[in-house]
This record gives sequence, C-alpha cells and structure tokens, in this order.
Amino acid sequence: MKPGIPSREQVMRGERRASLRFGLILAVMTAVVIISAFAACLFGRMEIPPAEVGRTLLAGFGWDGGQPVDETRRLVVFDIRFSRVLLSMIVGLSLAVAGAVFQGILRNPLADPFTIGVSTGAAFGASLAIFLGLGAQSVLGFGLLPAAALAGAMAALFFVIALGRIEGHLRRDTMILAGIVVATFLSALISLLKSLDEESVASIVFWVMGSFQGRGWTHTLFALPYAAAGLVLIGLHARELDILAMGDLQAVQVGVDLERVRLILLLGASLLTAAAVSVSGVIGFVGLIVPHLVRMTVGAEHHRLLALSGLLGAVTLLWSDVLARTLLPGGEELPVGVVTALMGGPFFCVLLKRHKRRIGL
Amino acid sequence: MIEVTSLGCGYGAVDVLRDVNLRIPAGEMTGVLGPNGSGKTTLLHVLAGILPPREGRVRVSGRDLEGSSARWRARLMASVAQNAAVTFPFRCLSVVLMGRYPHLSRWGGYTEQDLEQAMGAMEQTGTLALADRLINEISGGEAQRVVIARALAQAPSVLLLDEATSSLDVARKIQVFDLLLEKNRGEGTTIVCAMHDLNLAALYCDRLIFIKDGGIALDGPTQELFTSQNLSEIYGTRVMVSQHPVTGSPQAHFVPGAALAGGPDSSRSGVDARGSR
Repeated sequence: MKPGIPSREQVMRGERRASLRFGLILAVMTAVVIISAFAACLFGRMEIPPAEVGRTLLAGFGWDGGQPVDETRRLVVFDIRFSRVLLSMIVGLSLAVAGAVFQGILRNPLADPFTIGVSTGAAFGASLAIFLGLGAQSVLGFGLLPAAALAGAMAALFFVIALGRIEGHLRRDTMILAGIVVATFLSALISLLKSLDEESVASIVFWVMGSFQGRGWTHTLFALPYAAAGLVLIGLHARELDILAMGDLQAVQVGVDLERVRLILLLGASLLTAAAVSVSGVIGFVGLIVPHLVRMTVGAEHHRLLALSGLLGAVTLLWSDVLARTLLPGGEELPVGVVTALMGGPFFCVLLKRHKRRIGL
Repeated sequence: MIEVTSLGCGYGAVDVLRDVNLRIPAGEMTGVLGPNGSGKTTLLHVLAGILPPREGRVRVSGRDLEGSSARWRARLMASVAQNAAVTFPFRCLSVVLMGRYPHLSRWGGYTEQDLEQAMGAMEQTGTLALADRLINEISGGEAQRVVIARALAQAPSVLLLDEATSSLDVARKIQVFDLLLEKNRGEGTTIVCAMHDLNLAALYCDRLIFIKDGGIALDGPTQELFTSQNLSEIYGTRVMVSQHPVTGSPQAHFVPGAALAGGPDSSRSGVDARGSR
C-alpha cells in the first residue's frame, strides 16, 4: 500500500468519529431545546420567580409534589406561555424541516416554504376556508383548516414549478422569481378576502406576517397530526432525499422511483408547511436559514440535516417569538414574522451574493 | 445481453435516433463513437432506461426495459455521466454508498457489507483518501472518479459510460480504462462507453459502433472498422491510421487544416440543428 493512502480501518474510524460528533451535537441541541422551553416561560408581563415557573410547569404535567399551585399562575405559565412556546417550536421545526426538504429536492439553496410561495399558498387556502365558513369544522379529529392550507400549499407549489420550468428544466432563479410572483399575488387575494369579510386589518396582518398572538393548546392540537404525518413521510425517505439532491438523472441511475418519491417528499414538506401556516400565518426565512447553518456544521446527509434542522428551527422560532412579544415597551406585540424577516432578509442577501455566479443571476 | 430492435427516440419535436438495431452480447467491451450531436448520449440514455423509446424496443437480460422498475435496472446496470456536478456538500463516501441503494432492503439501512463494497470501489478508483472530503470541494476530475466508484459499488452486470473520462488527465484515463478492462475480462462485466477519444477506444474496445445522423453508420470489430477511410468519412476530416508501437492496435492521427477540405457540409448542418445531444 502506498503511503498517504488511508486504510479501510482509518475510513471506518473516521465514520465512527463523525457519528459520535453528530450524536454529541444532537444531545447538546436537545438539551438546548428543553432548557429554552423552560426559560422562555419566564418572559411575560406577569413577574413570576423562576422557581415558581418551574414548579407550575411540573404541576401542569400533573406532578405538583403534593403542593397545589396558584390557579392564576397555572393559567399564565402553563396554558398561556408554555402552550405558545410549544406551538412556536412545532412551527419552527416544521418550517425548518420543510425548508431542508425543498432545498434538497429542488436543488435550490434559496428555497424555503416562504421564498417559493408555498407558505402564502397555504395561507390563501386557510383564508378561503375561513371565508367560506369551513374554518372550525373537523373530520375524524383532523381540523379542516390545515387541510385547506395543504390544498393551497400544493396548488401554489405545482403552479410555481410549472412557471419556473423552462424547456423542461427547473431553473433555480426563475423558480424563486415565480415563487415571489405567486406569493405577492396570493397575499393580495388574502387581503381582498379579509376585506370582504369585514375583518380588521390585524387579521390580514396575521396571515401575511405571521404571529402566535393568542394561540394556545387548541391550535397546537390542530397542527400536530398534520406536522406528524409530514415528518413520518419525510423521515422514511431521507435516504432518497440524499440521492435526489444529486439530480434527477443520477437518482434514476441508482434506482430511485423518481416520480413517486418526489411526490411523497413534496407532499410531506407541504404538510409541514400547511400545519405551520394554519396556526401561525406566513413566517418567512426560518426554513431558509436553519438548514444552511446545519449543513455548514454537519454536511448535507439528510438524516442528520433533517434532525438537527428540526431542533434548531424549534429553538430559533421559539426565541424569535419571545423577542416578538417582549421587544416593544408597553406590552404591544410584534408579529413574529417581522422578527424572522429582519433576521432572515440580510441572510438571504448574503446567500444570494454567494450563489450569484452559480445560479446565473 | 442488450438487444435493440428498430429503435426510434428523441426529445420534444426532434427525432434523435431512427431505426437503430443492435445486439451487445454479455461480456463485450464496446465503444460508441461518432461526431458531436450524433446521438451517442441519447443511445446510452435509452439503454439505461432513462429515456423511453418512441418506436421499437430495448431488451436487457431478456427483459423489456419499458415497464421495468428503476430498482431492477439499477441492480443490473450502472451509468456514469460526463459531468456529474454536485452542489450539495455530501461526503464522498456517502456519494459512493448511494450506489448501494438498489441493493438495500425496503426498510433497512446500509450494512457493513455495503460499506465494504463502497470502500472497495473507492480503493479501485484511487478515491479512498477522499472518503471524508466534501464532493463539492474537490476537483472536477476527483469528483468524476468518485462517481465512477459509485457505479462500481452498484456491482452491475452492465456499465454504461458517457464520456466518463473526458475530464481526467491522461494517466487517470488509462487507470480508469485499465480498471474497466479488468472488470470486463475478470468479472465478465458488459461495458458500453460513448467516447470522443478515438485512440483510447481503439486501445481498449473489442468492438466499435459508429453513430452518425441518428443511425448506426458502422458496427464491427475494432481491427476491421478502424481504418483511415471509415474515420475520415464519419468525422468529416482527414484521419490517418497507424499501428500502436506497443500493443499493435490501430491509432488515429489528424491532419491540420483538413476539416474544411474534407468535411461534407450537408451532415454538418444536420448536426448543428440538434445541438449537443
């Protein structure tokens, strides 16, 4: 054997080291998620000491240690703050995982549910359902609102893909352009629907900018089945996602059933987007930034990328929401979408500049 | 092994191949040659089952390609494209492991054996040292060899190569073709490679198929077909043939300034219209 050429054992050792490193990062991120969930419950208008918040949270899980907690505190900490924290984490996880899937499957570093118009499609679907009076209906425990959001998301997605296709090829720049056109148009339609419905401007802002104001347990339970279904579909096809990211041609060459797998993955990502949007409106850029940060740390292999993107997405949106509800003096709330856009806009520009040559703008 | 009967195919409104008949027995090493845009890549895509034929049919290993599953095809045949560009930061070992995908059970992951196969393929292509590197951060030639390793990891009976070594330097080209010859002679792998490098084809292939204007112009043993007259006619430039000083295979030599004088213009325009397919 020539010197400098590694043996198989060395490669295997490198593999094990990489696995170990990933396990470590995963453990740290899980700890960060749990600590963040607790810490975020400390913030709010009502001053409650940390020890009390901890005790109240435990009581909320049915473990009060024999000492009953104050009902008001229980309402504030568990039913208002913690339910909102949990919801923001579910939405953050969903958007980040959906973003990672869209980026991989469309092979587009600028793709995320927001930039390709899928989020706005979901928001339009949900708005239309509310306008038609179907918002509160449910079938077999599945709320109809996320289903309407899903239909809107899928419709927008296929429209954008059709628009972005030039001579059979899906171009990265035209796809983003198509996404922005579709999103802008649908945003206008949402505003129109809301105006016809004689609702306040605040409700329009909710769908277009995204917010968790006044959201709680009912919304969490509403979104959860859809998000879970999406995660299962995607989780089962993480390996195929790796191969699809190499391009359609190579995917077929190694034996991927392209049409079927791509449809399943797009459906999974749309389910996640629909779950997120139907309870929080359109929140941009989380699905764009998070997968990029994770890819820079652990590489592009999707089982790792998806797991860590989910956790980081949860933490990112959780703290964005804390910022959104505490930033303004006097108790006014910002839409959380404003916070993510303020952070994500510049990031998008950096990405665009870095990829400019590659995507041919 | 591969049987092509009155095949016609194309893209959109353009017919690229018309009435192609071809039989490639198992264990043959065949070179597909022809000018730019003659339909070499298209032929390989049809053989790989990526492009469905419009007319006629393609049978591989006694089975019709039309209606066969991608998984079945990938267990039987592996393809290497000309420039397998990758933008995502996958580690090279992960890319080679993808070649094991058609052999995985439905719910199982990569096994120890898959890893061994992948590393074996990387050893053979001299890419094991790149195992932990990111494929978008190595050179184009290195990435190409990683993709060749992936095709070998598929453990196919048929290897389809489309200009797979064009981006490699001379030594790497010889290295890859020595390896292909070894697979061919040792394991009986059927190899079909589309090539521009006439001399490389003459050195390694038993049989040559010349494609021109969407049809087979010549098909036969290398020694018989590789003549000055045939090559000059196919490529529309003056080509001289001599014997290789070591192996004795025929080798082509080109003459500067001969393209315009000898080139039949009618075929040229036909080629341009079809672009680089």
